[in-house]
Amino acid sequence: MRYRLRVNPITCEAHGMCAELLGEIIDLDPWGYPILGSDAVPPDLVGHAERAVVSCPTLALILDRSSHARARA
Amino acid sequence: MTLTTTTRNLPAAPRLPRLLAGVPRDRAAGLTEHLALHGRPPLGEPGDRDRPDRLVDRIERSGLTGRGGAGFPTGRKLRSVLDGRGTPVVVANGAEGEPGSAKDHLLLSRVPHLVLDGISLAACAVGADEAYLAVHRTDTAVLAVLGQALAERRQAGLDPVPIRLAGIPGRYVSSEQSAIVQYLNKGPAMPTFAPPRPHERGVHGRPTVVNNVETLCHLALIARHGDVWFRQAGTPGAPGTTLVTVSGAVGRPGVYEIEMGAPVGHVVTLAGGLVERAGAILVGGYFGTWIPADTAWFTPLTHADLRAIGGAMGAGIIIVLPESSCGLAETARVVRYLAEETAGQCGPCVRGLPELSNELVTLAYSGGRGRTLARVEQLVELVEGRGACKHPDGAANLVRSALKTFAQDVYWHDDDRPCTGLERPPLLPLPDDQARDWEFR
Ligand SMILES: Cc1cc2nc3c(=O)[nH]c(=O)nc-3n(C[C@H](O)[C@H](O)[C@H](O)COP(=O)(O)O)c2cc1C
Ligand code: SF4
Ligand code: SF4
Repeated sequence: MRYRLRVNPITCEAHGMCAELLGEIIDLDPWGYPILGSDAVPPDLVGHAERAVVSCPTLALILDRSSHARARA
Repeated sequence: MTLTTTTRNLPAAPRLPRLLAGVPRDRAAGLTEHLALHGRPPLGEPGDRDRPDRLVDRIERSGLTGRGGAGFPTGRKLRSVLDGRGTPVVVANGAEGEPGSAKDHLLLSRVPHLVLDGISLAACAVGADEAYLAVHRTDTAVLAVLGQALAERRQAGLDPVPIRLAGIPGRYVSSEQSAIVQYLNKGPAMPTFAPPRPHERGVHGRPTVVNNVETLCHLALIARHGDVWFRQAGTPGAPGTTLVTVSGAVGRPGVYEIEMGAPVGHVVTLAGGLVERAGAILVGGYFGTWIPADTAWFTPLTHADLRAIGGAMGAGIIIVLPESSCGLAETARVVRYLAEETAGQCGPCVRGLPELSNELVTLAYSGGRGRTLARVEQLVELVEGRGACKHPDGAANLVRSALKTFAQDVYWHDDDRPCTGLERPPLLPLPDDQARDWEFR
């Protein structure tokens, strides 16, 4: 199983909760919006990532559990 | 072997123009005129409904790619909705948002039946039962032409799948495919977060294929003449012809049909040649790339060739900047326009584009005091890839190419030295504020 982190930039309101809970992967830009260091989540951080996902007030942080890549069009 | 067969086996020289064949100067071609020139679209043969994939096969073999900007293979897009779950919907994108592009407007206003043939053929090919043609709602002239053309076709019983006209907001990002889909679903004409993409869940939740109107015109001709015919023009990797809109320091600005792979210099020559010494050429519109004129001159117009030099073909826009103009000031004005055209949804786009625009305006018009350049570079990094759509990426691409191509000017401006280019009137086209549609609903 691979875990991939994404932010929905439309719903994200720069609460910054995610960076507090998952500082290993998430930084904040000068306006307070998250910057993901990498979108792949290493196995030992999956627990933290899940906690960050449920703590985001607007549910803008998304953790995909998938093994297949999506086709782009 | 007889002489005749030998001659017949020689590759035929492609006959151009294709899309612009017989295009009237100042009015729309009527249905009779259109059918006399191109013949009836091969629609509605008995059994077509059972074998909807035949045209899709052909389009795949033709190598046709989208003419709306990204150059994605059209056959693969059609296939994805044909194979999707639910009855597909076809949407034609005629809401040309690039101020430097005039080709879609030309097709819609002069050869509306070729566009409508393409929509009908695509709809039948994927087994759609709904089709839409999206154009700017403020373009009443085009809406009238299309209304009349649709009435002519109803009488002739031409469109098995009804085509509905959709007048959409004239905002730059409203022509992005997910924005059109959201508008047709009664929402604001703003891009949506993906997935789902339109081909997965689009209009009424059904698999939806959005094609540019020029793409559909090529499709209408491939349906008549075949994929082998299509490939007689262009290069093996980038087959067919394409429309380009040329403006700036050229003798005859306008829309031209060229073979894919024609070098930029050839296209400028077609458009009457240079009327002034050229400094740089903007290829691909406002999401495109500034290229030094001497490099651009020999660069073939294909997505692959332009990508190889860090550029993009976009919707085939070519704007020639005279050497005495200020490329930085031109870029600053365009970025200010792009910042105004944000859909206002994504933080980095909403906050970043106005700041980027302000810094560029400062750099171009007041001098950078030695610190603006670094700030511009930082903002480019901060906005890129961080929106729900590619709007900020397009702006980042344009600015990055400006910093590179006008590196000498950037150095002087950042060091507060005067620039004579600022004395020239602005060149890059922008819509005038009075005529602008500011709403997304
Ligand atoms: C901000 C933005 C603006 C766009 N504007 C247009 C446009 O004006 N016309 C167009 O055909 N495609 C436009 N596109 C591309 C469409 O989303 C879509 O990819 C295209 O219509 C698909 O048609 P094609 O595959 O035939 O090129 C835009 C994309 C973005 C990100
Ligand atoms: S917690 Fe949610 S809203 Fe806040 S910055 Fe992170 S993703 Fe955005
Ligand atoms: S990136 Fe900008 S233009 Fe695109 S959806 Fe987000 S706010 Fe709108």
